Formats: sequence, structure tokens, C-alpha cells
Amino acid sequence: MKQLFILFCFISLIMACGGKTADTKSGTNPYASTEPAATTNPTYDPNRGIGKWTPENLSLTPTLDAAMADSGLKVREVKCASCHKITSERLVGPGWKGVTQRRKPEWIMNFITNPDPMISKDPVVQAQLELCLVRMPNQNLSDVEARQILEFMRKNDGVQ
Amino acid sequence: MKNRLLNIVIAVAAITLFISSCKPKNLGSAVSGDAASKAYVAPGHYDEFYNFVSGGFSGQMSVYGLPSGRLLRVIPVFSVDPEKGWGYSEETKPMLNTSHGFVPWDDLHHVELSQTNGEVDGRWVFGNANNTPRVARIDLTTFRTAEIIELPNSAGNHSSPFITENTEYVVAGTRFSVPPDNDNGDIPINTYKENFKGHISFIAVDKETGHMSISFQLRCPGVNFDLSHAGKGPSHGWFFFSCYNTEQANTLLEVNASQKDKDFIMAVNWKKAEEYVKAGKGKKIPAQYSHSMWDEKTNSGKSEMIKEVLVLDTKELTDICYMIPCPKSPHGCDVDPTGEYIVGSGKLAALIPVFSFTKLQDAIAKKDFDGVYDGINVVKYESALYGEVQKPGLGPLHTEFDANGNAYTSFFVSSEVVKWNIKDLKVLDRVPTYYSVGHLMVPGGDSRKPFGKYLVAYNKITKDRYLPTGPELSQSAQLFDISGDKMQLILDYPTIGEPHYAQAAPADLITKNQLKIFKMADNGHPYFTNGEKEAKVVREGNKVHVYMTTIRSHFAPDNIEGIKMGDDVYFHVTNLEQDWDVPHGFAIKGAVNAELLIMPGETMTLRWTPDKTGIFPFYCTDFCSALHQEMQGYIRVSPANSNVPLTSSLGGKISGSADVE
Repeated sequence: MKQLFILFCFISLIMACGGKTADTKSGTNPYASTEPAATTNPTYDPNRGIGKWTPENLSLTPTLDAAMADSGLKVREVKCASCHKITSERLVGPGWKGVTQRRKPEWIMNFITNPDPMISKDPVVQAQLELCLVRMPNQNLSDVEARQILEFMRKNDGVQ
Repeated sequence: MKNRLLNIVIAVAAITLFISSCKPKNLGSAVSGDAASKAYVAPGHYDEFYNFVSGGFSGQMSVYGLPSGRLLRVIPVFSVDPEKGWGYSEETKPMLNTSHGFVPWDDLHHVELSQTNGEVDGRWVFGNANNTPRVARIDLTTFRTAEIIELPNSAGNHSSPFITENTEYVVAGTRFSVPPDNDNGDIPINTYKENFKGHISFIAVDKETGHMSISFQLRCPGVNFDLSHAGKGPSHGWFFFSCYNTEQANTLLEVNASQKDKDFIMAVNWKKAEEYVKAGKGKKIPAQYSHSMWDEKTNSGKSEMIKEVLVLDTKELTDICYMIPCPKSPHGCDVDPTGEYIVGSGKLAALIPVFSFTKLQDAIAKKDFDGVYDGINVVKYESALYGEVQKPGLGPLHTEFDANGNAYTSFFVSSEVVKWNIKDLKVLDRVPTYYSVGHLMVPGGDSRKPFGKYLVAYNKITKDRYLPTGPELSQSAQLFDISGDKMQLILDYPTIGEPHYAQAAPADLITKNQLKIFKMADNGHPYFTNGEKEAKVVREGNKVHVYMTTIRSHFAPDNIEGIKMGDDVYFHVTNLEQDWDVPHGFAIKGAVNAELLIMPGETMTLRWTPDKTGIFPFYCTDFCSALHQEMQGYIRVSPANSNVPLTSSLGGKISGSADVE
């Protein structure tokens, strides 16, 4: 029985090698992830994360834009509040209190606009995932919405 | 153990030998060594073509990838689908409304992709309902049924939903002739010849939106219209319909409709018909037919009843239609990519006539007629004939084309596909099918620009092809590589329902338009819940509206009390997710309808009437996260006279609730 199984595996292996021409025939997959699956990536910058945002293109002012923070609260109520409290208490995900002190603003911007690759790579997020067990959904935030949320987070952390 | 295994091996070998001996002799050459690699699409890779296949008596349309034969999706069209809530959710119920009320089932026979300049454009795919005559339009950005229109004066909508080369019209020809809807139909059946008429509908399709409306109907002699295809290129402006039962029998058609040596292909000059419509020659006849449309803003179907239809009488307007004699009950009626050749397939014939559009025009100009059939001029057979394919096989049904001047015809009786050259009418190749092929399909094979490469034969009988599943067996599709001189069988696979016609398009024509989520900002549903903060329950008399949200992985609210016996509860569930491929489901114990499957950003409604007091759990049916099994809630149902206040909550926090009397 065991020998038969080995034989079967061997045959399967040979058959699997026969599909060399298949790639030219099958269409390309525009949605396929090109990110490698490895979690320890030496090029990963834990301060910035992965995404378009950098300290340069973010250009934060030290004072709060109150109107922007108010817009951020509105976005939060639709897209974030189901899982995040504004206190430090965890609901589905961690509470927001103190997040702007724990994290660089560009990291926050990258994470909320591009969560999937960062969940796979960021060691702190990985540890968080072990606690929460739910991968933060991509809520398709626009750049403007993301920036408004960041401003609300700053307000929530006492920026005036 | 070893002995048992050995026995099985011997048994399988014996059965294989036994079965092989029953197969057609050329089975050995039918499947050659490299077949598997030709149909192989590596895991994670996409297929080259989308293949839209009629689901026959399932009423639905299936979507396969070619060449792998992977079933990608079953689109609910004319039949309810509890899995997707189609026909069960409040939003989708109007889509299946007809002049007979809500109809939960139909028989989808043919599919046709929209075209621009005679080429497949990947925008919409149409399907016909054969039983309660309707045509559906499916939007290929969402792969959902967007619109369904019913056809008055019709029964058995078979020669449908074939289109003109810019999708100006979708046609629908009645298979059964019947007394017109507005006439008294309470008459003896044997008055067929006087009272029964065949109506052909021209449904206009809006260029931008795809919205359908019946532009006009042609009142034609009482015969059975079977299949059709539009002219293209030089023959654009014409449409060709096969018809049988020109004997006008009303009983035992098997014998009585097979008396004549020749029936007809009816050539319709629809540009002429348009002129008559403009000139006011049509008559507005009272009718009643439904038109159901999906509103993308409110994410809901709406159905209206239309009260009249414009009819042109071909007996009075005698230069719209012409009959071309065609041997022995023609079935398929196919026009080649150049638009010059019209192939008729007499299903009881042993030859294939090919008609010439140029010769047909000459004959009409010279009035080269051979009498009149019920008011319609009959063109002489020889005057319209380009030539005949001699001894092609038995029982030709349908023909598709490649880009190299070849035609492929299915033969039901001799169970084979035959390749022949259109110019010299010579047979080039033939392959057996397993068994009894009906329709066949080449990607783009009825357009001006066939993509060729593959051919799929759709078989009515599978018998011994797959592991047996009791008396009821699946139908099958067989994939052939037609890139070389000889057709090569490379794959076969089972289908849903009974597949009739199919279409295929290169994948990138369709992938580029895919919608991934519904944006919450665009959600115009009247019961949309814009974030958990707005979750609530609202009582209006004995109606209770639950504004509910879903996100990985909880409902808001998830505890509801104060529902009473006699209440109708409407769960309006908004999925707050904004990421691709994160639907949530909703099901409640004892619901007599179905579940909801709600796509990201969408709102769907399930109506529930509690049948007893107590606690009723509900849960998410679509595995959404590691905590999916935690995604659940409870509803308390109290007696009608109870004083339990209406409340809803999540995590002990009361959400908004209100009584509106």
C-alpha cells in the first residue's frame, strides 16, 4: 500500500512537470499579490511601514487642524468605530488612545491605507494579531479620509 | 487490504476495457498525449477566456474559465437562488415579477454577449427565458442580473436573445405561435391556422445604460420560430430566423410538423421595419408585460407593468420579411463573420444549405419568388442558395465560425462536430462527441471577429463519461483545440442544468471593468445604516425595521427585544466592510425564505415573521474571520399583548430605537 502511494506520488510529480507550456497560455493575474510571504524582510522599515506616505509628503504641522479632526471623527464613525474605541480599551482592535505617541504619523497613514502587506510584515502588528485574531480590514480610505483620521487621532491624544 | 486493492485494480481495468469497447472506434485518436497540458492552467493563474454558458432548466447562467473548465460562478437570473438570496431578499423579489406575478423558475436557453461594430465588447451578456418569455441583461461589472423584460404575444421565447452588431436590438421570436394576448384566446385549439400568430420582438438597447424597451413587434404567420442570428457587415440591417411547423400543425408535431420537404428561414429587413415605425405604420395594441430593473443607487429592483406594444403586421407591410426555403425543419440559423453566408441547419436533413446574402438581395430585387406563404413572399431556393455541404453528417443543429473561413457544425444524430470550409463547402475534419451534441461555441464565433483557438461542444447525454450518480446524470461540455488543421479533444467536464448556447470573450475585456466593492458613500438604499452609530430598531405599527450593520466579526445590534407575535420584522443589513471579497451572511432560525449574502458596502433586506414566542438566534453564514463563529446575535419574541419595550443593543450598550406609530 505504502509503495503504491509512493509510486502515485512519483507519477503525480512527473505529470506536474509536464505543464511547462502552460504559463504562456494562461492569462496574467492582475490581482495576484507580488509581495513575498516572508515575515522577516530586511528591507522593511518598522518606523514607516509600507506605503506611499513619508515624513516629507505628510508635512504635519505641530498644531491641530480642528476642522480636519472633526471630519476625521465622521469618517471614524462609519469606517472604524465598529472595532476601535477612542480610549485605550480594546474592542475588536486596540483602542486609539496614545497611538500617535506609539507610532510615527507616516506609519499610521501607511497602515490604515495599506493594511494587508503591513499585517504580514510588521513585527508589532503581528504580535497584535495574536491578541486580536482579526486582520484589520482594508476600508478603502481615500488619502483625504486617512489624513482626517490621523488628525482626529492627534486631537484624541491632546494635540491642540 | 492488499488483496482488496488488487481486486479493485483488476475490476477497474476490466471495466475500462469493457467501456472502451463500446466507444466509437476512433476514441484512441480523440484524446492525445498533450491534451492535459493544453487545458492546464496553473494554480494562481487566470484562464484565457470567460465562458458564459446557459444553465438550461436551472434558469441560471454559469461562468467557466477556458481552457481549464473551472466553474467560476453561477449567476442567478430567472430562478430563485437561496444561496445568494436572489428572489428572497426584498430588494431582488421585484426582479422576478411578471404579468403572471412572481415566477420563481425558468429555462434559460441562449446567451449572447453585447457587441460593438460586430465585435464582442464585454459590457453585458443577455439570456432568454424560454417558458415565461423574457430577456435578461447581466451587467459584467458585477456579474449580476441588472434587468429583465417580459415579452407579450409570445410563448416559448426560443429564438432569443440574439443581437445586432452594435447591440441596437436584442430579438425574441416566439417558439409557440399563440393567439395575440389582446384577442380572445378562449377558442378551439384546432383553429390554429386562423387564430394563432407568431410574434417577433425587437428590443432596443440603450447604448450607454443598456436599458431595454420593446421597440416593436412583427406579427408573422403562425409557425414555430426556432433560432436566429443577425446579419453583419454587408448584411447589417437584416435578421434571419429559422422556422419549422410551416405545416401549422397543432397536435403530434413530431409527425405533423415534419411533412414538408422544406420549411423556411425568414429574412427580416429590420431597417425597413424601423422606417415603418417612424412613418407611423405600427399599431399600438393593448398588452401587459413586466419590466424589472435593478437600481444601482438604491441597490434594489423595481418592477413596472407596461400596457401596450407597437405591432407591425407583415401581412400588410410585405417588404419587411421574406421566406427562404430551407430543408427539413431548420434549427440553427447562423451567419458567417463576413456577413455574406447564412447557414441553415435542417435538423432532419442530410445536407447543409448555405445561402448567399448577395444572391438573396438580387432575388428580392428581381422578385424571383416562388409563391407567397401567409402573406410573405417566398424566395426561390436556388436563387438564394450559395451551395450545399454534401453528406456532412446526420442531424445538423448549429454552426459557429473561426477567423480562417471555416465553419463548425454540430450533428446531434451522428454525435459529432464537423469542420468545413465556407468557400468550397468541403468537409475538412470530423470528431466524435460524447454524446449527442446540441449547441457548440467558438469564442467570438458568431461575431465579425472570432477569436478561434477553442471550441466547446455541449452534449445532451453523458451516459458513461463520469462516475454514475443514479438515474439523473449531468450534461457535459467538451473542449477542443481548433488551432491546428485537426480538432483535438483536450478536456471534458460536467455542466449545471442543460447547457444550450454559450459565448466566450478574452478575459481582459471583462477583468478590466470589475467592480470590487460598493462604495458606502454611494449607498442610496432607503434603509442604509451609515456606521454602527446609526444602528437601531424602529417600529411602524406591526412592522419593525432593524437597521443592522456587519463588520468582522459582529452585528450591530446583536440583541433585540420587544418583538411581538404578529410583527413583520425587516432586517436591513448593511455590510460596513470596504474590502474586496469580504461578504457577510445573515440567517435567522425558522426563516421561511433564505439567507442574505451582503457584499461590502451593500444593504440587503430579509423579511421575517416570527411564528412563535421565544429566543431566536441569528448568525453570519459566510466565514469572515477567525472570530466568524462569534458573529451571532439573539432576538426575543414576546406575545402580542406583551409590554416588553423595543430595544436593541451591542455589548450592553443600547443602540438607537424609536417607536413611530
